[in-house]
Amino acid sequence: MDEAFDVAIVGAGPAGLSAACRLAEKGVKTIVLERGEYSGAKNISGGVLYGHDLARVLPDYERRNFPIERNIVESRLWYLSQDGGYSLSYRDKIFADERKHNVFSVGRAKFDRWFSEQARGKGALVVCGTVVTDLLRDPNHRVVGVRTDRSDGELQAKVVLLADGINSPLAAKTGFRPEPKPHQVALAIKEVIELTEEQIQDRFNVEPGQGVTIEIMGEVTQGMDGVAVIYTNRKSLSLCIGANLSALSKQKVRPYEMMESFKEHPLVTPLIQGGKSTEYMAHWLPEGGYDAIPRLCGDGFLIAGDSGMLFNAPHREGSNLAMTSGRFAAEAILEALAKGDFSRHGLKGYISRLQNSYLFQDLRKYRRFGRFLRTHRELFTTLPRWTQLAAREMLTVNGVPKKEKQRVIWREFRTRTSLLSFLRLLWDGWRSVR
Amino acid sequence: MSMKVEDKLFLDRFRVDEESHLRIIDGALCLQECPDQPCLYICPANVYRLEKDRISVAYEGCLECGSCRIGCPHLNIEWRFPRGGYGVSHKFG
Repeated sequence: MDEAFDVAIVGAGPAGLSAACRLAEKGVKTIVLERGEYSGAKNISGGVLYGHDLARVLPDYERRNFPIERNIVESRLWYLSQDGGYSLSYRDKIFADERKHNVFSVGRAKFDRWFSEQARGKGALVVCGTVVTDLLRDPNHRVVGVRTDRSDGELQAKVVLLADGINSPLAAKTGFRPEPKPHQVALAIKEVIELTEEQIQDRFNVEPGQGVTIEIMGEVTQGMDGVAVIYTNRKSLSLCIGANLSALSKQKVRPYEMMESFKEHPLVTPLIQGGKSTEYMAHWLPEGGYDAIPRLCGDGFLIAGDSGMLFNAPHREGSNLAMTSGRFAAEAILEALAKGDFSRHGLKGYISRLQNSYLFQDLRKYRRFGRFLRTHRELFTTLPRWTQLAAREMLTVNGVPKKEKQRVIWREFRTRTSLLSFLRLLWDGWRSVR
Repeated sequence: MSMKVEDKLFLDRFRVDEESHLRIIDGALCLQECPDQPCLYICPANVYRLEKDRISVAYEGCLECGSCRIGCPHLNIEWRFPRGGYGVSHKFG
């Protein structure tokens, strides 16, 4: 492989492949190096993707037989206590008609494989089964290529795009991005549970091809700051649950046991009843937010996607940020190629594009969100318990006057928390999302 | 009925390399200076297990999340990706 490329991309996920598509279609000699047996072999997301960002890379993706599972027409939010929970949902026909593919569920093993075929079709070389173990530098410390675990494994490139995901020993080794601290990532695990198409349609009250997402908070993460989700695929459900890694460590919770209790929750059990588990996976979510983003551009290199900590936690958006940051990286590389300047200065179009887009604007908006969840454990402990009590009181018909029930609820509230700390929660919460 | 982690891992497809990609750097440190031993809990694949005189590493079922590497309070785990094409391969993802 002692060959020279214009661009070497590390990682064939949505960030790397978006960049590869854009570069290859402009005739740039591009190689993508993927450590998995095939693109997607190592990749996971909760399981939804976004048409808007994909269309900006592949405008005709809908005609390219893309591997969609279900088009999401309804979003639910659950706030769960031990034995019950609140549910809020919104469904709109606009997401079934005019704004179809706004959000759709996918299996990443299939989707990323399809995506890499698109990049290949445009002329990029995608090489799987290859781990990038180091970066090559010139005496001025500029990145000039990559070293791989193949025997003939060095290759030169004018620019290297690091799109190798959140868990990147390469970034840690080379110092391009500091190793995340345990509190900066959530460890999420995922189980795929197979059902029939009809079962899913009945249980979620949707038409064939349509789907639902459920985002879940509360006691399911056993007092740790975390989330769970249930997404509908064509013939399966994706169940994910995750919590901050430092909290998992501290509380000594085994993630798979947390998943099992989640599956036994009275709101979850009826949805998965009779289903067969077919796959089990684990992955980090970047939770550091805007302030954990490393320097994304330097002499001869760029960082995109999860690898650059580009993840919007409150909106569970990551794959779209990956695709768009990959596309921006490609556009900046095209400018650098035109100028023949691959220094940090020559590549800085990447940063200005990020700054002027929804990416940095959203991440800046929510920069306090991770800290908010970490410092307000009551969201996962006392608050779900109290809201359970309140709902139970008000919904139980037992001859007790409602005024008296309100007094009981209020008394409970004050024994569990103080008005002041509750106001603090509201204030911090509002500040973290405003 | 609750599903065991071994049964979950049994669902996955692994191509196992002969050599481990995970290594505890100093085994004595785990027993003498690490009372909490978080690797025994946080690993979603239960790779690390406490034996009589050491912590064993069942790297074959590793899901490659990286949690042990950064979660080890002594950074006592040498962690690299399995060789290209080896390790876990997702079917659905």
